[in-house]
Amino acid sequence: MAISKNDVLHVAALARLDLTEDEVVRLEEQLNAILEAVSKVSELDLEDVPPTSHPLDVVNAFGADEPRASLQLDDVFANAPAHDDNLFRVPPSG
Amino acid sequence: MVDTLRLTAEEARALLERRELSAAELRHAYRDAIDARDAELHCYLTLVDDAEGEGVPIALKDVIGTKGVRTTAGSKILDDYVPVYDSTVASRCKAAGLSLLGKTNTDEFAMGSSTENSAYGPTRNPWDPERVPGGSGGGSAAAVTAGLAPWALGSDTGGSIKQPAALCGNVGLRPTYGTVSRYGIVAFASSLDQVGPVTKTVRDNALLYGIISGRDECDSTTVDVPPVELPEAEDLNGVRIGVPKELNEAEGIEPGVAEAVRRAIDLAAELGAEVGECSLPRSVDYGMPCYYLIAPAEASSNLARYDGVRYGLRVEADNYYELVSRTRDAGFGDEPKRRIMLGTYALSAGYYEAFYGQAQKVRTIIAREHAEAFERFDVLASPTSPTVAFRLGEKTANPVAMYLSDLLTIPSCMAGLPGLSIPCGLSEGLPVGLQLIGPQFAENTLFRVGHALERAIGFDTVPERLRS
Repeated sequence: MAISKNDVLHVAALARLDLTEDEVVRLEEQLNAILEAVSKVSELDLEDVPPTSHPLDVVNAFGADEPRASLQLDDVFANAPAHDDNLFRVPPSG
Repeated sequence: MVDTLRLTAEEARALLERRELSAAELRHAYRDAIDARDAELHCYLTLVDDAEGEGVPIALKDVIGTKGVRTTAGSKILDDYVPVYDSTVASRCKAAGLSLLGKTNTDEFAMGSSTENSAYGPTRNPWDPERVPGGSGGGSAAAVTAGLAPWALGSDTGGSIKQPAALCGNVGLRPTYGTVSRYGIVAFASSLDQVGPVTKTVRDNALLYGIISGRDECDSTTVDVPPVELPEAEDLNGVRIGVPKELNEAEGIEPGVAEAVRRAIDLAAELGAEVGECSLPRSVDYGMPCYYLIAPAEASSNLARYDGVRYGLRVEADNYYELVSRTRDAGFGDEPKRRIMLGTYALSAGYYEAFYGQAQKVRTIIAREHAEAFERFDVLASPTSPTVAFRLGEKTANPVAMYLSDLLTIPSCMAGLPGLSIPCGLSEGLPVGLQLIGPQFAENTLFRVGHALERAIGFDTVPERLRS
């Protein structure tokens, strides 16, 4: 199951990474090597085995439904690259 | 004069309690050691000048959020990020009086086994500065070994506490999944990430684990934890130690490493433990592939938050989507990009079942194999790392070779099990780590076995080149 250059570009678009041409070339080679190593999982016949998504046998964690103070707006925007009053500022998406 | 190379946290605490030393004097001793040695080793990314706390100082890996103190996760994308709240472990350390010395170096987003993936340059191994300290928590491990902190916290996803502890010759605990809160920790792979202590002794480790562990309402994966017992016993009577064949005979284990581990296991038998062989038939062969599907998949989702909008680096553009893509390409280093790409691919339409779905089933097999071994044994023993500390640059060009550094730590991580690494000897003049794995919530057993072995082995944690 080899990854082509187009696959790399497609996945990069999904992951919102504006890769350079060099990175695309390098990642195509490295991802193929890594995928070859990890494809080993497909050797096992695990049809009847349930998946594990979480290592502890814990279902639901309930807490008291009491209102608490959240972050102050000054703190919320303390690390923001750009904001207007109480909004994060970004360029248009269109 | 405080010898920070030898002083344990427990001894430091006793000195403070007896008022033989003030907290300020103790901090100064560590700052002096940092000034003397950190230019060479580069354990710290940020030093803290005025920390509150009248207790023993501590260093925190730079993925642990600290209010008002820059937290980079070893990444340029968080170069000027200053958290506005404390992580739960940082608050618990503060509540216990521990004063923050600084933030330690890490592979970017804790992705790596050598700290060479840090955007701020690698940390060097105090035993031999031409070699890596392991990773991702190489900064914390090297700082403890070099006397630049009495103890430290690391974080572990597939071996990032245990493997650096092994390569630097100190004690690292990856606690049971769910015992230590991740609230305020920079997330990597959430079904695996755990915070844990890095110390000179097993008793220090138990003390620090006691401070940070326990249920936290801010992290719904945490649970109630059995009370921590500080280990005293020097025998191992009644303890059953299993030696998994696959973890001890895996391809790539250096002969000197295997030999030191074998001697430690023989010593355990002399101390009264019942030692027997066991098998984890598929956990080692399939653990690494399983990990490198699940961890990158979760990472690709967790790292989606770095978009240049709310915090972190922003590369300006006229269009929002371009802003996000350019920011992420400029801000992430090679390893996070590799893992984001791999994880996004493994989760994408058409591949999800074959990769991520299948890896989750392998994870079940790994957990079952360990559970079966724990029907007969209290603890499993093996090398922590297949090799001693390797040379800087030796594996950077080959991601798969680097990934194999965690071959022996990954399987128990996948099963959410606790693991303790203690130094058990030298090979080629470099430390070898013994990995002790227990069933979930068996930290006290690991401390007991680790402590008794530590006493019997008598390993000198101070690197030869630093002994005076």
